[in-house]
Amino acid sequence: MAQDVSIRTASSRSRYAEITQEVVGIPLSYPRWRNWWICFGIALALLLLFFVSAGVLFWNGVGVWGNNIPVNWGIAISNYVWWLGIGHAGTLISAMLLLLNQPWRNALNRFAEAMTLFAVTCAGLYPILHLGRPWRFYWMAPYPNTMNIWPQFRSPLTWDFFAVLTYLTVSILFWYIGTAPDLAASRDRARARFWQVFYGILALGWRGSAIHWARWRQAYRLTAAIAVPLVVSVHSEISLLFAAGPIPGWNSTVFPPYFVLGAAFSGFAVVSMIAIVLRRAFYLQNLVTTRHLDLLGKLLLATGLMTAYGYIIEIYAAYYGGERYEMETLWDRFTGVYAFSYWGAIACNFVPLQLLWLRGARTSPFLLFVISLSVAVGMWFERYMLLVTGLYKDYLPSSWGLYDVSIWEWTLYAGMMGVFFVPFLLLIRFLPMISAFEVKETLYEGKVQHSPSVERTGAERISGHA
Amino acid sequence: MREPRAYGETLQELYGVMAEFKSPDALKQAVHQARMRGYRRLDAFTPFPVEGLAEEIGFSDWRVPLATLAGGAFGTGLGYGMQVYTNLNYPLNVGGRPIVAPSAFMLITFELLVLFAVVFGIGAMLILNRLPRLHHPLFGADRFDTASLDQFFLVIFSDDEKFDARHIQNFLWSLGPERVQTVPSAGGPG
Repeated sequence: MAQDVSIRTASSRSRYAEITQEVVGIPLSYPRWRNWWICFGIALALLLLFFVSAGVLFWNGVGVWGNNIPVNWGIAISNYVWWLGIGHAGTLISAMLLLLNQPWRNALNRFAEAMTLFAVTCAGLYPILHLGRPWRFYWMAPYPNTMNIWPQFRSPLTWDFFAVLTYLTVSILFWYIGTAPDLAASRDRARARFWQVFYGILALGWRGSAIHWARWRQAYRLTAAIAVPLVVSVHSEISLLFAAGPIPGWNSTVFPPYFVLGAAFSGFAVVSMIAIVLRRAFYLQNLVTTRHLDLLGKLLLATGLMTAYGYIIEIYAAYYGGERYEMETLWDRFTGVYAFSYWGAIACNFVPLQLLWLRGARTSPFLLFVISLSVAVGMWFERYMLLVTGLYKDYLPSSWGLYDVSIWEWTLYAGMMGVFFVPFLLLIRFLPMISAFEVKETLYEGKVQHSPSVERTGAERISGHA
Repeated sequence: MREPRAYGETLQELYGVMAEFKSPDALKQAVHQARMRGYRRLDAFTPFPVEGLAEEIGFSDWRVPLATLAGGAFGTGLGYGMQVYTNLNYPLNVGGRPIVAPSAFMLITFELLVLFAVVFGIGAMLILNRLPRLHHPLFGADRFDTASLDQFFLVIFSDDEKFDARHIQNFLWSLGPERVQTVPSAGGPG
C-alpha cells in the first residue's frame, strides 16, 4: 500500500484523475445513502419473499404452482428464458463492442456485465426450482456415482446445465478481470485501512505494469471473442430446448436467431433503464452522455425490428407450411384464451418502439426509460406466449387444458427481483461501476471528443451534495 | 522472470530506480531511450493500457493466446470424449437412436470448448503475470499510488546487467521526468 493516499488538489488534477475520482469516488464516499437504503430495503424484502416462496415450493412440491398436464412448463421456464435473455445484452455490449472497437461501450460495460451476472443467476435458479427434487440437481453433472449411471447427454436439460454453467463462469471471469485494474485504483484511493485491505485483496496486487497490461489485453480480448459466439450458442440452445419437444409452434427454423435477437432486445432495454437511473442518481452525465442514450436507443430499435422479423416469419412459416396443427396454434395465439400475451407482446414490444426513429425520443431519458420498460414487459409476454400457447392445445383434444399462474409463482417471480437487485445494489455501493481505466484509455487515444466540463464535474457535485 | 526477486537468496538492497512522467507519450519516449541505452530489465507502469508500450519494452509473448488455444482444444476433446464415453459406458436405447450422436453432442462440446479456453487463457494471464501478489516493493515507493490515477512510471530493475543506480538516476533525469527515486527492496512480507 502506498504511503501517500491523499488525492491531489483540484488545481493540478488532470482529466485522467477526474475520471477516476468520479468513478472510484462513488464507492469510497458514497453520496446517496438514504436513497440507497430505501432501494436496498425494498430489494431485501423481495429477497425474503423469494426465500419464503422457495420454501413453500420445497415443502409442498411443484403442486403449489399452476403447472399441470398438458402445460407442464409454466412461467418458471418462460422466466428462465426471459432472465437469460436480459443477461445476454451485458455480454454483447461488453464483448462485441470491444471487438468492434467501439469506445463508447466503456461507460456502460461494467454495470451491463454486472447485470449479466445477476440475471444469469436468476435464470439458473429457475430450472433447479422447477425440478421435482431440486436437491438432486447435481445429477446433471457427470460425476462417478455408485450406481455407475451417467447423465443423459442427448437431453436438452443437460445442455441447459452446461450452457448456464459455462455462461456464468465466463461472465464472472470476464467481469472480474475487467474490473481488477479499477479495484487497484480503489485500493490506492482508499483511506480507511479496512477498505485498503478489501480492495487490495480483490485487486490481486494489480500495479499497472506494461507487461501485465499486454497479457491482460490478450486474455481480455480473447475472452470477448469467445463470449460472443457463446451468447449465440446459449440462447440457441434454449430454442432447441423448445424445438426438441414435438409441440406445434415450436419447430420453426427461425427460432435460434429469433431467440438470440429477442434476448439482445430485452437486454438492451434493461441496460438502458439501468443506465438512465444510474446517471441520474450519481450525476454521471459526463460519462454516460446523451450520445450513449442515443446509441442505446438505436440498438434497441435495430434489435426490435429484427425481433419483429422473427414474428413475421413465424406467421409466414405456419401459413406457408400449411400444417393444420401449426395453423391452429397460430390461430390460438391470435384469438385463443392466451391471446392477451400475443397482443401484449406486440403492443409492448413494437408500438412504443417506433418512437425511437426520432432522435428526440432516443435522447430523452424519460421516454427511453418508458420504452425500455415496455420492451422488458413485452418480451416477458412473448416468452409466456411462446410457451403456453404451444402447450395448452396440442394434437389431441383429450390433452387440451388451461394454465393459470398461481400466487406462489407470482411471489417467486417478485422474489427473483430481489435476487437480482440485492447483489446489484451491493455492487453499486462497493465497487466501481464504470470502467474508469478504459474511459481514460479512450481519452488518450483520442477516440472521443471530450468536451472540457463546463460545469463542475460529477464528483464535485456529488461531494457538494453529500 | 523480468523482475528481480524481492526477497530470498538473491536479496538486493535496491529494487530499481523509478522515474515519474506526466504523459504516456513522455513515458514511451523514455522507454525508447532506455532501450537505446542498452537497459533490458525495465518495466513501465500506467493507469491504463498504452498501445505499443509493452512492445517497446521488448514484450513478445504469445503464451496467453496459446494457452487459450490449448484450453479450447482440451475442452473440445473433453466434452466430446465425455459424451461418447458415458454413452458407451451405459448405453441407453432410446427409440433406436444412435448411441454416439454427434449432432446432439455438439452443444456441450462447444460449451466446454469455451469454458476451458477462457479458464486457461485467464489462468495463464494470471500465472505469467505472477498474480495475485499482494505485496510488492513498488507499493512502498513514494507516489506510486498515482500509477492507477494519472501518472506514468518507468522502472529500471536492479538486476539489469548495466545497473548502476547513480548513472541511471542521471540518465533518467535527462529525460525530463517529474521526479526520480530509488526503490528499496522489501525486507519481506509486512
